[in-house]
Amino acid sequence: MDKKEIICIVCPIGCRLTVSKDKDEYKVTGNSCKRGETYGIKEMTNPTRVIPTTVKIKNGFLKRLPVKTNGSVPKELIFKCMEIMNHVEVEAPVKMGDVIIYNILEIGIDVVATKTMGKT
Amino acid sequence: MYDVAIIGAGITGTFIARELSRYKLRTVILEKDNDVANGTTKANSAIVHAGYDATVGSNKAKFNVLGNVMFDKVCEELDVPFKRIGSLVVAFDEEDMNTIQTLYENGIKIGVPDMEMIDAKEVKKMEPNLNDLILGALYAPTAGIVGPFELATALAENALDNGAELLLNNEVKRINKAKGGYKIYTNENIINTKYIINCAGVYADHIYSMVTNSYFKIVPRRGQYYLLDKSAGDIVNKVIFQCPTKLGKGVLISPTVDGNIIIGPDAANLEDKEDVETTSDGLSFVQETAIKTCSKIPFNKNITTFAGLRAEPSTGDFIIEESAEAKGFINVAGIKSPGLSSSPAIAKYVVERVKSMAGHLDEKEDFNPRRRKRIRFAELSDEEKAEIIKKDPRYGRIICRCETITEGEIVDAIHRNAGAKTVNGVKRRVRPGAGRCQGGFCGPRVMEILAREQGKDMKAVVKEGTNSYILIGDTKEDSEYEITKEFVASSCDA
Amino acid sequence: MLNYDIVVIGGGPAGLAAAIEAKKNDAKRILVIDRDRELGGILQQCIHNGFGLHVFEEELTGPEYAQRFINELKEMDIEYKLDTMVLDISKNRELSAINTKDGFMKIKAKAIILAMGCRERTRGAIAIPGTRPAGVFTAGTAQRYMNMEGYMVGKKVVILGSGDIGLIMARRLTLEGAKVLAVAELMSFSGGLTRNIVQCLDDYNIPLLLNHTVTQIKGRDRVTSVVITEVDGKKKPIQGTEKEYECDTLLLSVGLIPENELSKSVHVKLSPVTSGPVVNESMETTIKGIFACGNVVHVHDLVDWVTKESQKAGKSAAKFIKNQLKDSIDVVKTFANDGISYIVPHVIRTDNLENSLDLLMRVKDVYKDAKLMVKANGKIIKEINKRHMAPGEMERINIPSSIFKEKNIREISVAIVKEGE
Repeated sequence: MDKKEIICIVCPIGCRLTVSKDKDEYKVTGNSCKRGETYGIKEMTNPTRVIPTTVKIKNGFLKRLPVKTNGSVPKELIFKCMEIMNHVEVEAPVKMGDVIIYNILEIGIDVVATKTMGKT
Repeated sequence: MYDVAIIGAGITGTFIARELSRYKLRTVILEKDNDVANGTTKANSAIVHAGYDATVGSNKAKFNVLGNVMFDKVCEELDVPFKRIGSLVVAFDEEDMNTIQTLYENGIKIGVPDMEMIDAKEVKKMEPNLNDLILGALYAPTAGIVGPFELATALAENALDNGAELLLNNEVKRINKAKGGYKIYTNENIINTKYIINCAGVYADHIYSMVTNSYFKIVPRRGQYYLLDKSAGDIVNKVIFQCPTKLGKGVLISPTVDGNIIIGPDAANLEDKEDVETTSDGLSFVQETAIKTCSKIPFNKNITTFAGLRAEPSTGDFIIEESAEAKGFINVAGIKSPGLSSSPAIAKYVVERVKSMAGHLDEKEDFNPRRRKRIRFAELSDEEKAEIIKKDPRYGRIICRCETITEGEIVDAIHRNAGAKTVNGVKRRVRPGAGRCQGGFCGPRVMEILAREQGKDMKAVVKEGTNSYILIGDTKEDSEYEITKEFVASSCDA
Repeated sequence: MLNYDIVVIGGGPAGLAAAIEAKKNDAKRILVIDRDRELGGILQQCIHNGFGLHVFEEELTGPEYAQRFINELKEMDIEYKLDTMVLDISKNRELSAINTKDGFMKIKAKAIILAMGCRERTRGAIAIPGTRPAGVFTAGTAQRYMNMEGYMVGKKVVILGSGDIGLIMARRLTLEGAKVLAVAELMSFSGGLTRNIVQCLDDYNIPLLLNHTVTQIKGRDRVTSVVITEVDGKKKPIQGTEKEYECDTLLLSVGLIPENELSKSVHVKLSPVTSGPVVNESMETTIKGIFACGNVVHVHDLVDWVTKESQKAGKSAAKFIKNQLKDSIDVVKTFANDGISYIVPHVIRTDNLENSLDLLMRVKDVYKDAKLMVKANGKIIKEINKRHMAPGEMERINIPSSIFKEKNIREISVAIVKEGE
């Protein structure tokens, strides 16, 4: 039986959850609300994160443009995504929301600019 | 061939260089570090002592009293802040009262002017924040405060303005006697010179031993300090000493010329001539000792702690003489406290020694004792501010908010003779980063300016020493994710 | 002399929200002054997400949150001056400011809003012994270098302090290929949000060492190692627990201090607890017509609350210039009692209250299952049960204005009552 202790981040209380797997059933204990249970199971089965980072930018007001994935990326793919984003260079001007990398790693998620940056 | 090579660009070296630049001489200063004033000069109490506590007849006694009176003129000429605020040595008990009485009498013998023995009531009047237990004090109105590294950089600049040369990053490795003088081998150059003046601070014994067996030894004696924010600046008005101990003048509390409060030092003899570490024991000692004088010191307003090394000579007194073994080689060694106070008089004396060695020296007709005035933006009137920004818009951009320092002032500090080359070099000359935020906001901007003005990459800008790099590379350039495997393993254990 | 209705000092989230709200409330000529080269303040370097859940009900990054307000400001044609520094303020609301284009300016304002934000505590403020090499950064400075200027500050990093910026930087450094060895925290709890501990430390197996501090910095030119030591209940290092970490960088995330040098220049009264101005219900300082909002008043946990507080300041300033703020004699004072470190606002003039008033406060310690007890003139008027409270999270209590008005109240206090007391 798999068992994992995690801290719930749904709200500031920070319940210490114990998520256990018995055959195909997940059981969450230690939570104090339904949202905690959902979070616990998600963290066990498919933990995902939004990646906020930067990419290189030419002719911009700054040397780096802040970007983020416009959806949550499976946790184990974070560094793979970073490797791709580290090799991208865009050119100013860029508008907030512009797609910088389309469908990264072919997981259906784009990397978008989080800042408008004019040309200098 | 140089006439004079000065080894060491601290306060004595730069002062001597400046005084020698009055004459038709080829003078060079050799400095192992990448800036002037980088050793003891940058980390000491910053006090111009009245001079009552040295042994009668000693070099310390002689040069301190002579040096003290020379500060007003030289600081005015060089546009360096100096304030004659006076000092108190406070007494906590009868024994201390006897000690200060002895100091007073000693001071009279040495020739310290205007001293007074004052009682508890007068102490309270002068310094209302000091502790009530104080029985009385020795008041010496001639004591003052000065910015030691500002003074040394100004002296170097003025010396260079008047034709002296400065070689930074030149560590003296070997000295050979040669025809008509000496051959000095540094890591970068070979310097031929008639005379050598050894102002190498804690390394003076090491330098001297390159020409003969050194009869003296210099022990680095470390002292640690607190520097409080300007908002603590009115806790004392004068330099407040406790009674001296065997190891020195003890822990003092004093305003600085910039309006901060300095507290320290402790004293510890070390082996390592570069060890300027602060320690928790040393800092607590300073704090506990200072509280005896003033229990109201707001240590929560501390902005930095630091340590400096005094060059403690084995002879117990300043060593200022031409070597008997090595002709034309003058030692100016063991210049610990009151070294800063004595430096103007030492420089004058050394010039006299050079004169007598050379027979005579010709004065330059065009010697300019004044340094071009530094613009202190924060101190200008509204009209002057408007005027200077019109002339040079760079004075309209504040880089350091804590101290109100403009880009114009920083650029000027970089391009002057003996100008700033490092982040700390800029800080010591014009003070960005010396305030409350300690460079948190202005550090990146100062680096940008240094890089731009010196035609360097930001990453090549250093904090202080040659290898004190602040930035180690660009993001995105060579990120290796060693963590990947471990990370994937831990996140897949479901 | 330039003339404005309202001058806002600081173009970060506080200043932006205040200016926009003032304009919405009919203030005509508004000027926002910022020392930086763009609007948005520190948000521009906070590229992580988690902003805006309360204001926009979605999760934004710092620059995105800022951009929404910047866009609104520009659409409303509110004037702003960048790369401009205010040098001083006088009691009659005259400012002097400089920049490279306009030179030295004298500006007269009918109302001033202070929105200068805060600065980071430094190594000096906590006096860590050791050498003084390169490689010691406050977390915010490192964040600026990395996120905006694109420079790496180090490869092997120790972080002192588990405030949110420290936690966020642990992740940023890791994502950019640095190794974060540990985060040391003097207290027995982290001052950061749980979310950040999980997503910035736990995700990357970075240890959080509670009850630990850095006791020595080593290295002549650049940091070569730091010593981390466990502390006892009195926060004194325990001898024998020293552990040396080889690293090239130490980041400090040891607290923020409201930046009030300008406020001091005009003798605005400051609270010794918050280090920010004492303010009333309208976010007005002790000097008439000078308002303050955001981190310059007290350090907030979430930018959303900065926005709300600043909107109030903007609206009040607009009312002030229309002579609609009343200087009533009916004044209620707030008192932070057991377990509460401070309450903002400090003074309430009941005539100026709208429907209700938010009391903002910080608790002193971590509390589980405790109550926030609000008393008016010594009588309990409200009790709020809390599963969890921590100094890292601001507490907000909403009080209906009717309570102040009906009962002729002179003082209002908040205290924590632990379970069973």
